[in-house]
Amino acid sequence: MAWQWFHRLGSPRWFYQKTSGWLPWLALVSIVLLAAGTVWGLGFAPEDAKQGNSYRIIFIHVPAAFLALAGYYIMAISGAIGLIWKMKLSFAVMRAAAPIGAVLTFISLFTGAVWGKPTWGTYWVWDARITSMLILLFLYIGVMALSQAVSREQVADKASALLALVGTVNIPIIYKSVDWWFTLHQPATIRLTESSSIDPSMFYPLLIMIIGFYCLYAWTLLTHTRTLLLRREIRTQWAQQELAGEN
Amino acid sequence: MSVTNKSPAVLQVRDLACERDGRRLFEGLDFTLGAGAAIQVKGGNGAGKTTLLRTLIGSTSDYSGEILWRGQVFPQGLRAMREALLYIGHRGGVRGGLTPLENLTWYGATKTSALEALERVDLFGFEDSLCNSLSAGQNRRVALARMFLPQAPCLWILDEPLTALDVAGVAALEKQMTTHLGGGGSLLLTSHQPLNIMGLNFVDLSDCLVEESFSDTGGEHVFN
Amino acid sequence: MLLALRKRADIANPLLFFVTVLALLPLGVGPEPDLLAKMAPGMIWVMALLATMLSQESLFRGDFEDGTLEQLALLPQPLYFAVLAKSLVHWIATGLPLALLSPLLALMLNLPTEGYFCLFVSLFLGTASLSLIGAIGAALTVALRRPGLLLALIVMPLYVPVLIFGTGAVQAAIDGYAYSAQLAILAALLAAAAALAPLAAAGAIRISLDN
Repeated sequence: MAWQWFHRLGSPRWFYQKTSGWLPWLALVSIVLLAAGTVWGLGFAPEDAKQGNSYRIIFIHVPAAFLALAGYYIMAISGAIGLIWKMKLSFAVMRAAAPIGAVLTFISLFTGAVWGKPTWGTYWVWDARITSMLILLFLYIGVMALSQAVSREQVADKASALLALVGTVNIPIIYKSVDWWFTLHQPATIRLTESSSIDPSMFYPLLIMIIGFYCLYAWTLLTHTRTLLLRREIRTQWAQQELAGEN
Repeated sequence: MSVTNKSPAVLQVRDLACERDGRRLFEGLDFTLGAGAAIQVKGGNGAGKTTLLRTLIGSTSDYSGEILWRGQVFPQGLRAMREALLYIGHRGGVRGGLTPLENLTWYGATKTSALEALERVDLFGFEDSLCNSLSAGQNRRVALARMFLPQAPCLWILDEPLTALDVAGVAALEKQMTTHLGGGGSLLLTSHQPLNIMGLNFVDLSDCLVEESFSDTGGEHVFN
Repeated sequence: MLLALRKRADIANPLLFFVTVLALLPLGVGPEPDLLAKMAPGMIWVMALLATMLSQESLFRGDFEDGTLEQLALLPQPLYFAVLAKSLVHWIATGLPLALLSPLLALMLNLPTEGYFCLFVSLFLGTASLSLIGAIGAALTVALRRPGLLLALIVMPLYVPVLIFGTGAVQAAIDGYAYSAQLAILAALLAAAAALAPLAAAGAIRISLDN
């Protein structure tokens, strides 16, 4: 009996109808937060003593990097839930999370490179964190490519979930090894580590941006999952009804 | 629809439904396979015969309904079932790089029993040539030779065992199946050809079609 | 299973690939001994990685196509040991010869003699991990018609730690530092891979067979 709510949670129809109410709110909250964070961060936060105005890119870079990693875990965990409890919904979440995470990883790499040019004088450094992010991007692309390559939907779901899980086990190992490799090869040429004592006037807009990004992420993930669900359940009655209702 | 036998149930299927790529293949399938009984699964191309067999051996877990092995529900009963199972699928499980003799010993046969089985499937004299160099029918025979090994498992599940076999081969196979059933074994197979086995029961998947689904298999073709 | 692999002629191919590409390297970057010596550990390791990966595609393919993989999956015994055995055979056929051959290649690439032993041991341990990790990718892609590039995409990121510690060990040995820590980590990676990778690969095989 206690499992009933759990299974209802896994029902695509229940999920679809429940979340349609949340979407506008999530969208609204993320727009407000992102707008506030952007205006505050770009317009009112003070200039950095060393980096000048170029540091302001961290208002995008840091949240994107945060979510790129968190997104991988979201993908892997929903994949694991799908493998264990055979839940269609969580597979859909996993499939939806992969491209979003890949885009976020790319954004964080790209903004990092743009920021690196004026700060370090070069777009790309084989720094531990950048390298790890690059490998994370490859992991995302691997999961996406695998799910595209397998023609049967259910098999693709399970296979990419398994790969995502394998990646999860590997992420800490990869991160540690890259970290170790970096300290071996480039003894302190560039101090990347941002000073931990970040000024509150910079920290608050950053925090707002991070929360805003989380909301945006949730909104994108939900929308994407809903689209996937509709496409998969197109033969069922509820999906037909939803489609008829929306037109 | 239901096929029942008086003998104790070996394999039981209750209200089974399978789908593939979001399309329901069949639903409401019920049958019981007893000891010493044989069932031939019928249905057109794409009706789900292979899917049914693969579900019964536990290779696919996308089904609803119940499958029981000697009264034990899957997946608990699966392990015990596999210990008593001989499955020969579309892909025969014959290694091209090995000889027929080596193939059979890989399945746990002793050399003498393997040679005997090969003789029964009319492959005497080929036991040391590589399976790559044998014909499709001969490779099929190598796969089917597992049915002629002593201490064969009690449940046989065969997917289209008669493809590429000649008339004499089919007759030998039918005889061996009858012996197997006489010894209390059970048999479940798919085939487009009629089989000459005493007391053969039928399960027709086209009786269990889902109503609103339209068949996109393009009619039934029987190749002989 | 050993028998099946023994009969394949393509065991020599990864080895030949390894040697040929390494022979091309001086032609590409020039024959300066110093430059070659500097690049040698990395190049040998990258080539070992590629050779392992390229040969991995066929790890389960033959068994999948003739149906024996299906039969293996139907055995009451867990698939774990079958995968472990397969990976072991793969390693004996590719990784081990590569490791044995490595001093010769090191000589050709002018690697300082201090690195020879370490190169051998690191390849010995590392390629075994690579075989095990690659088995996951091979199992995931076995049902696909043309898995080549996809397999590389899946497996390469997972190879990163092995590559880093492998080259790191050799580099440390050349520079005259202690390298036992790196080798210990390689051994630890191998132990972890032996425990976990066949598990994942066995799951992947069951998924791929459901096709």
